[in-house]
Order: sequence, then C-alpha cells, then structure tokens
Amino acid sequence: MEREIIIKAENMVKKFGNFVANHCLNFEVYRGEIFGFLGANGAGKTTAIKILCGLSYPTSGTISVAGFDVYRQREQIKRNIGYMSQKFSLYEDLSIRENIRFFAGIYGLKRDYIRKRTEELLEELQITHLGNELIADLPLGWRQKLAFSVAVFHRPQIVFLDEPTSGVDPATRRQFWDMINRAAAGGITVFVTTHYMDEAEYCDRLSIMVDGRIDALDTPAGLKEQLGVDNIDDVFLKLVRNKTV
Amino acid sequence: MRIIITILQKEFRQIFRNRTMLPIIFIMPLIQTLVLVYAATLELKNAPIAIVDYDDTSISHEIVSHFDASPFFRLRAGAYSGQYVADELKYNRSKAVIIIPHGFQSRMQSGLPASIQMNINAIDGQTAGLISIYSEQIIGRSLAAYSKIKDLPLSAPTARVDVSARYLYNETLNFKHFMLPGILTILVTMIGCFLTALNLIREKEMGTIEQINVSPVGKFQFLIGKILPFWVIGLFDLALGIGIGMWLFSLPFAGSVFTLFVLASVYLFTAIGLGILVTDFARTTQQVMFTIFFFFLLFVLMSGIFTSAESMPHWAQEVNRINPVYYFMKGIRMILLKGSGLGDISNELLSLGTLGTLVMAIAVWQYRKTS
Amino acid sequence: MTRFAGFLHKEFIHIFRDIRTMMILFAIPVFQILIFGYVIKNEIQDVKVGILDFSRSNRSAEITNRINASNDFEVVARYYSYAEAEEAFRRSEVKEVIVFEAGFSKNLYTHNGGAVQLLLDASDPNLANLIGSYTTATIMRYISELNHQGISIPHPTVEPRMWYNENLKSAYMFVPGTMALILMLITAMMSSISIVREKETGTMEVLLVSPLNRWQIVFGKVTPYILISVVNACSVIAVGNLVFGVPIHGNILLLFAEALLFILLALSIGIFISSVVKTQMMAMFISMFVLMLPTLLLSGFIFPIENMPKVLQWLSVIVPAKYFLEIIKMIMLKGGAMAEIWKPTLVLLAMTLFFLGMSILKFKSRLE
Repeated sequence: MEREIIIKAENMVKKFGNFVANHCLNFEVYRGEIFGFLGANGAGKTTAIKILCGLSYPTSGTISVAGFDVYRQREQIKRNIGYMSQKFSLYEDLSIRENIRFFAGIYGLKRDYIRKRTEELLEELQITHLGNELIADLPLGWRQKLAFSVAVFHRPQIVFLDEPTSGVDPATRRQFWDMINRAAAGGITVFVTTHYMDEAEYCDRLSIMVDGRIDALDTPAGLKEQLGVDNIDDVFLKLVRNKTV
Repeated sequence: MRIIITILQKEFRQIFRNRTMLPIIFIMPLIQTLVLVYAATLELKNAPIAIVDYDDTSISHEIVSHFDASPFFRLRAGAYSGQYVADELKYNRSKAVIIIPHGFQSRMQSGLPASIQMNINAIDGQTAGLISIYSEQIIGRSLAAYSKIKDLPLSAPTARVDVSARYLYNETLNFKHFMLPGILTILVTMIGCFLTALNLIREKEMGTIEQINVSPVGKFQFLIGKILPFWVIGLFDLALGIGIGMWLFSLPFAGSVFTLFVLASVYLFTAIGLGILVTDFARTTQQVMFTIFFFFLLFVLMSGIFTSAESMPHWAQEVNRINPVYYFMKGIRMILLKGSGLGDISNELLSLGTLGTLVMAIAVWQYRKTS
Repeated sequence: MTRFAGFLHKEFIHIFRDIRTMMILFAIPVFQILIFGYVIKNEIQDVKVGILDFSRSNRSAEITNRINASNDFEVVARYYSYAEAEEAFRRSEVKEVIVFEAGFSKNLYTHNGGAVQLLLDASDPNLANLIGSYTTATIMRYISELNHQGISIPHPTVEPRMWYNENLKSAYMFVPGTMALILMLITAMMSSISIVREKETGTMEVLLVSPLNRWQIVFGKVTPYILISVVNACSVIAVGNLVFGVPIHGNILLLFAEALLFILLALSIGIFISSVVKTQMMAMFISMFVLMLPTLLLSGFIFPIENMPKVLQWLSVIVPAKYFLEIIKMIMLKGGAMAEIWKPTLVLLAMTLFFLGMSILKFKSRLE
C-alpha cells in the first residue's frame, strides 16, 4: 500500500517568551490514517495543532500540511482542512441548519448542494426534527457531534480535532469515534489530540507528548510491545516515570 | 461575492435574533432623544428667589412686581430675620435672596446713593452669573417704568438705549436644537464603535473566531461582514433619531439629506474602525468596554457637545484635530441648523475621511488570522 | 476565613493583572475632572465681535471701545452692510455683530432711545444668550454712567454677593458631580459585570458548589471594587482641591463616610443588576442607560433640575446621585454637618437597604 505523507514536521519548535511549548517535534502523518497526539494537559498538544492549522506561527522548523508550507501558504492549507476546537465553536444563537449553511458557505460550497447534504446529514444523525433548534438549546454530546460534522462537511483532506471528546460521557464518546472512523474510511486524514488513554487504542498511530516533547511514536500495538506492557495507560506511566527518574 | 453574502446573512441573523440588542438598537434613539433633550437646558427658568423688602414703598413694590412677572424667577415669600438669608441659601430653598434696604425710596428721591443687596448661591457659577445679570436688568427696568409714572427728579435729559437681539440660525434660542445633534452624535458613535467592538470581542471570547481564522475566509471578507451591518444600522438609527427630532421638537433640517448621509457614512466608518482597532488588541469584553468608554468620554466631552468647541483653550482645540467626534458634531450642526452643503463642510469631510481611512487601515492590518 | 481570603486574593489578582483596565480605572476620574476643568467652559472667552456702525458717532465709538476693553470680547472687524455681516457669520468669523442705527447719537435723548441691535450666532444658543446678556449689560452700564454725569435719575448700585463660590468657579459644580458619576459607574458597573462574567462562563456554578457560601462569593467579588472606588473618590477630591481649589469646609471624615455610603449603594445596585441579568453585555447596557445617563442628566450635575419639565423633576427623585450631590456640596462647599444632611443620608441608606433586600430575594429564587 502506498503511503503518501500528508503532514510533515521537522524540528518544530514553539516558544512563548522563555517558555518552550514544543521542543523540536519530528513526525509524519500518512494520508487516510487516524493519527493521535496523546498527552497530559499542558503537554503542548494544542500548541502543535494550532501551528498545523495555520492559527499560530511556529518559532522554527520545517512544516508542511497537505503539501503546503506553513509559513508561506497558510491560506491554501486552510482551504484543505477542517478544524474542531476544544470549545466546539458553533454559534450558539444560530440553529443547526444555519450553522451548517454558514460554515459550508464560507468554504465555497453551493447553496443547493449545502441544502441537500444538510438534510442527508440530519437524517443520518436522526435529528431532522432538531434542524431548526438553536445550538444553545442542545446538550453537549450533540453539539460535539455537530461540530465534527461541520468540520468535515466540505470534505477536507485533513480534519484537526483538538480534545474533541472532553467532558462527554463514554457512550457518546464511542459514538463520536464511530463518526471519526467513518470519516477516515471515506479518505479524510484525522489528526486528533486527546488526554483519554482509551482513545489512544482507536488511532492508527499515535505519538505521546510529555512536557513539549514527543517521547514515543508508533502504532498502539508497537508501543505496547516496545515497553512491554499490555495497555496504553501503562505505556504512558512508564514514559512519565522515566522522565522524573 | 458569495462568501461575503453568506457572512452578512449570518451577521444580520444574529443581530436580529439577539433579543437584548434589538430593543437597544431601536428604543435607544427614542429614549435618548426624549429624556436628554428635555433635561438638557442651561437657560434660566423659574429660579426660586426671595426678596426681603425692608422699605415697603411704591418703588420697592414696583421692583418686587417686576421680579414676580419675570419668567426667569419664581418668587418666594421673604421673611425678616437675620438668619433668613443664610438659611435660604444653605438649604437650597432659594437660589438668591435680594434685600431692599429701609429708606430706599427716600434716598432715591433725594438723589442720595442707594444700593440693593443680592445674595446669590454661586456654586453653580453659570446660573449665578445669569441671575446677577437678569436681576440687574429687571431692577433697571422697574426703575425706568416707575420714573415714567411717578415723579422722580429729572433735572437733566436722560440717555436711553433700546437694545434688541436677533438670534441667527436659531431664532428662538431653542437649546433643544443645539443639543439634539449632539445626542444623535452620541447615538451614532455608540452603535458604530461600541456595538461593533462588543460583537467582535464576543466572537473572540466564545472561540468562534478561531473557526473563522482556520477557514479560507480572508480577513477583509470577515471584517466587511462586521462593518457593513453596523454601518447600515447606524445610518438607520440616525434617520430615526432625526425623524423623531423633527416630529417632536421641530428640529430644523436646513441642509440636504444627501449631505448629511455622506457625512454620517464617513463618520460611521471611522467609529467602526476604532471599534475594530480596540478589539484587535483586547482579549476580554471588559478591556474593550473600558478602553472605548475612556476614549469615548474624552472625545465626546471635547467635541463641543455641551459647549462650543471654540470656547476651549487653544491646546484643547489642537487636540480636537484628531477628534472625529468633533468634526461630525460640527458638521451635523452646520447641516441641520445653517443649511451648509458639501462645499461648506468640505474641511470636516476631508479630516474625517483622512482619520477614518487611517484608523480603518490600521485596524484591518492589525487583525491577524494567525497569532 | 482563610478560604475567603484565598478567594479575595484571586479576585484581586484578576483585576490587577489586567494592567490596561487598571490604568483606565484609575485614570478615568482624573481625566474627567481635568477635562471638565480645563476644557469645558461655559464662560465666554475670546468672543470675536464685529461692528456695523451706521451712525459713526462718538457715542457708538465709545461703546465699541468699552466692549473691546473687556477681557472677554475682541472687536475684530468693521462691516459696512448687513450682507458683509451675514457672510462673516456663515464663515464663523464672528459670534456677534453690534449694529448701531444711523441716528444713534441723536436718538439717545429721545423718548424711545437710541437703537442698538445685537446679531448673535445662535447655533450655540447658550453661548449666544451669555454673549448677548454681557454685551447688553456693558452697554447699559455705559449709559447709566453717562446719565450719572448729569444729575438725572439716581441709579442704585446693585451689589451681588456670591455665596460659597466667590469667583464663580465651575469646578465647584463638576468636582462633586464627577465624583458621583465615577463612583456610581465604576462600582456598580464593574462589580455587576464581574459577577455576571462568572455566570456567563459557567464558573459561578463551580464556586457555588465550593465551601464558600453565596455571600462570601459576592463580597469577594465586590471588595476590590470598593477599594478602587475609595481610591478614586480620594483622587477626585484631591485633584479638585489641589488643582482647582475646591474647598472642604466641613468635616472630612463625614465626607468619607458619606462617600462610602454612596459606594455601598452603588454596590448594592451592581449586585442587584447582576442578579437579574445573564450576559455581560446586558449588564453593561443596563449600567449605562439606567445608571449613567440619569446620573449625568437628572442629578443636577450639569443641568439644574428646576429647569426641567415636571416629569423629569419627579424622575430625579429616584436618582441616588441627586442626594449624594446635595450632601457633598453641603459638606464641602457650605461647611454643613449631619444636622443639615440627615435627610438625604437617610434616603441613600434606605435605597441601599432596598437594593440589598431585592438582591437577596433574587438570589434565593434564582439559584434554587
């Protein structure tokens, strides 16, 4: 199977004043895979994802996303990606349909196409009757699923998800990961950050960040083998313990 | 472009759905014009004064009746006690106490010097000044009236003057006509500056601005989506305010509607630009609010809204060169009251235009999709 | 108690870390006073006057000199036709044109007197009124001196005695007013916004389930603003006194006590606002329109209440700033003591208790 590199980061560094949030990160992401960034809060995951999305300037390093350079071709990058922030940012005072119409519209999709796809989406999620409800009136789990749907609505090459499942119950989380898997199966590369260990198992490959550095990068099986443990929790603990020793 | 239309659609939808903002946009002009205009007057009317008449003669009665008849004053009963004056003034019962001393008439008739004492509460210096002047005039007039009826020694011919005043551009000295444009200015400024800034900072605080920044929407398109709605609303509210002013207060509109809207458009552009500029540097609503409030207060007070800008010290007038509110205030008064046309306000337009372009340029430049 | 202290500490850090807002919080009062003092003048200065003298007589020339001799007026031009004068007005070159009729000198001693017409640019009617009044007074004074040289009607001297403010300084009006405005605005607005912000971001619930009780939360939030307001009150009085010479004839402690009362009132209003409002934006707008505008307009700060229509006079009864201004002026400028101000003080006290009571009710019903 041919593996096309769709994200490449070499020696990515991000400093805020004297504080180094990302220390020389090196990694590659292949097209179509689900790539995870696992780590504790404050490890630097959100910083890294913002650089890849073109929301933040790297301090140094060579980084390309979807074949475009992050320093000079950010606008092209943005045309080819989707994003879901930690705050699931949909407009609370607009309805589901209105939110989709807006976000899809700004990616240049045509109105008729948007309308058709919106109804398909609502049906898939079985919430056609909620189509005109304001986001503010929906429970957290639904907002999250909708935010994801909006992020991939325009069929981007890559979708970046920053802690997409925070604060949601395990059942909803599993449903969410079903959606992620479906998107990946449809050819969208998924770059996701999380601090939930169990979600690590769902990724094709993952990297573990500790204090701004990537301490390990491999498939879940590979990591477990490497460190001689049988679950990701222990993988993580081992890496962290090595740090403090 | 389709994208701009999409953005505008969303903006207008949000604005009209915002149930708290809606009454503010439409009721604000109404309340403002009504209350403020009625409250804001520095003329003298019904000022309570007391006259203590120790003389009790026909001359003193003449004086008292003239004061009674005057619309400037409202006469209170005067009591004959030493504490009276101090108490009247201290407890704010009267603004002034006039004392006509015993023997006034006889001294006047025998050609001896006579004096009338006025005790005025001078905390409000301006009112005190007016009370003093008007009282002098009333006393003078009562004596003149008296001398026509009764006999006072007129051994030499008396010079008399008939001074009349003609008030140009505002014949009835209608203070409301002066204040209304000022209030409309505040209205338009608030919509342009405050509302735009609040809207933008809300997106920042909610995080929705990130979604926009991560999309291919250019910053120009995004900002146009912020500028246009409030520009339209600002113009609409101005029209509403002027309409109310004309209907309820007979606000004159000597100039052309077109000129006014050109001026207002340029001004709104500047105000909105300032709102965006402040938000570019802010992270919370509180910061935005207080920064704008601070500058708003400064600029509005110095713009000549309550008093004319030419009365200000020269250094203040220099500062006004970069005060957009000053130019708009001047322009709107010239258009409404003097009927000035585009040519007459060309200075103001030019200055506003320059300021506006500068501010907006910096505001847009400073808006960063990437931080 | 240490929990509360910890909470208080956090609140202080919040505010003081936001340097920009801090600077503005302390700068606003000072700037406002300085502007009112140095910039906004309702007095007349450098009034440019033009003369349209059809009589070319000695008398009119003397009057012209009188006008020019006054500090506030300056005769800048002579015109020879009404058209010229009008042109000058339109270009805003003069604010007044004094017109002497052709037979001015001759008509002085006739029954109707010599006619003088004052043309005034009334786009600022207030200024026009003042200018007209002062000009008239100057002319009248000249005429009465003229008459005094003969033996005609003795003219009484009118001696005005200006109480409390001999030099008619405008600072006496705006320093108390500014204090009321600032205290009301900053205390009420900022504390209400601060509380609402916690509600809006959802952290209020976090606080509510903590061991802190409701009152500790509320007081923790508002205490920093009390302190800021006290500092502001002091700076306003200090600047007023040192820069503009506003005296403090009465008891300073009483002054501070009343200021504190007013601050507490503003606070209770702020707390009440925060209990009925859900977003920061609403808190701000309510503070501005329900608090600031009435305080500015209906309290007697700038515009005398007696001049207003009855409806507005009634409305001013519920404006707290009105009573506070009475109190301040009484203490600072008239040297009054509690005996003179117990009534308005009582009103302020009652208002404070009212708003606190309402807030308690609201809190109880809402958060249950």
